[in-house]
Amino acid sequence: MSGSNTAGMVDSPRTAVSNPPVQPVAAHFGEADLCRRSATRDLPAPQRQLTPVAKLIDVSKCIGCKACQSACIEWNDTHPEMEHNVGQYTNPHDLTAEMYTLMRFTEWVNPETDNLEWLIRKDGCMHCDDPGCLKACPAPGAIVQYTNGIVDFIHENCIGCGYCIKGCPFNIPRISRADHRAYKCTLCSDRVAVGQGPACAKSCPTQAIVFGTKEDMKRHAAERVADLKSRGFANAGLYDPAGVGGTHVMYVLHHNDRPGIYADLPENPRISPLVQTWKGMTKYVGLAAMGLMAVGSVIHGVFAKPNRVSEEEERHAEDLVEGRPVPPPPPGQP
Amino acid sequence: MSDQVEEIQPGDSIVPGKPVTVNRYGPLARLNHWVTATSLILLALSGLALFWPGLFFLTNLFGGGQNTRAFHPWIGVLLFVSFFVFFFQLWRANLPAKVDIVWLSRIRDFLAGHEDRLPELGKYNAGQKFIFWAMTGLILVLIATGIVIWDQYFGGYFSIPLRRVAVLAHSVAAVLIICVFILHVYAAIWTRGTLRAMTRGSVTGGWAWRHHRKWLRQLAGRPGTQRPGPAE
Repeated sequence: MSGSNTAGMVDSPRTAVSNPPVQPVAAHFGEADLCRRSATRDLPAPQRQLTPVAKLIDVSKCIGCKACQSACIEWNDTHPEMEHNVGQYTNPHDLTAEMYTLMRFTEWVNPETDNLEWLIRKDGCMHCDDPGCLKACPAPGAIVQYTNGIVDFIHENCIGCGYCIKGCPFNIPRISRADHRAYKCTLCSDRVAVGQGPACAKSCPTQAIVFGTKEDMKRHAAERVADLKSRGFANAGLYDPAGVGGTHVMYVLHHNDRPGIYADLPENPRISPLVQTWKGMTKYVGLAAMGLMAVGSVIHGVFAKPNRVSEEEERHAEDLVEGRPVPPPPPGQP
Repeated sequence: MSDQVEEIQPGDSIVPGKPVTVNRYGPLARLNHWVTATSLILLALSGLALFWPGLFFLTNLFGGGQNTRAFHPWIGVLLFVSFFVFFFQLWRANLPAKVDIVWLSRIRDFLAGHEDRLPELGKYNAGQKFIFWAMTGLILVLIATGIVIWDQYFGGYFSIPLRRVAVLAHSVAAVLIICVFILHVYAAIWTRGTLRAMTRGSVTGGWAWRHHRKWLRQLAGRPGTQRPGPAE
């Protein structure tokens, strides 16, 4: 699946389907391609624009086999804890620092048809165009965004504060109890950099997960949506939420009018106004307030007369202690 | 609000001589104060490092970002405990009194150095009481919100929306407490002769006469000014 080359953008080989070349391939993007870097103000502007990429997850084609989960574990060499069967297919129970993607199973009765629909959504980082995790992150360079849209955690810079968890509108990042660093899906940035699609897409037996340029993925999604509509899913659509600037992981949903039925996929995700206030106004007003207090104190200290005790007052105190007459309290003094 | 505020606290006593000195804080109270002060400064430095990217370099003082993240909440616990040990020694003398309203309404006279035009005061003036209660309130907000965002131990106990409220409230309260802290330090410097109350534990008689005359009169009026027993 080779993408169309938009004018002025640097294209790169990418695929989730074909097998990789056997000879070594140099990474085709890196630190020079960052468009955002957490807690960094003077990030040099990238000299080129990579073609935006996207992963498209068509929930209508998913058979719930969890090959994507296995591939993710294998590629990222994580070791999710062995858990207990609690009577549902979702396993492990949640995303963890060792499980970057999770098939969430929902049994939903369609009120219009009274049919039981088994909804399976592959949960994981959405790679927002406006990433809340990156906005919240206090550690320089712990969260980065490449011009192709991939949002990545750079673990050696992570301090484990959990601010990304508060910033994320999708509840994705998890802090490892072992090394106190945040983990999530990387969109297999290391694979994409050498022309490979993400491991989950590679492993998907029905190609419910596909990977390519965002434009191609939207085109492919449009075909899928048209197909679903022709099959009676009138509200089928593409989930590419505008509230976070669009995402680089998108869903084709057969019920795009109510994303919430897919294991609480947010209807209109956006960075919480609380996080915006915390990282915006509070920072500027707060620093100004503290600065004014400090500068005001120094100015007052330099120019105002100090509040000094006089000799006379020391004498009054001595007189008081020695029992000699001193000025009485003012009348009406409580 | 009443006039039943305790003006004298255990350990306050006059030491006659030339000049007269007045014991204001005992050694344990001072230790308590400085543990609280040191923790507050360390908390401000480590907190600001995570609040403002331009100050992230301050994490180096604590051995890097990971250590800063790990130490900050524990220092917060130390501050909380230390402050509240201190709190229970001071709160009675910091209850608001009617005279505080008069003092506040004529704060211009105080700032202009005309304390003789103001009513005589007990151990604390309204400004000091404001610092005391502001610190109390803000520390309560900070410890409560701090626990909610203490991801390492409490990450699983609070919902993410609640954690967002907490992190915002924590940063606002932190900004306010730093402002109160600056006010507190500057007031102690501007009012000459105050710092020794927290270093040597005593102030001069003249200082007490000028700023807390009611306190001094009550101390002087007591029999045996040298060493009052705790039973008094």
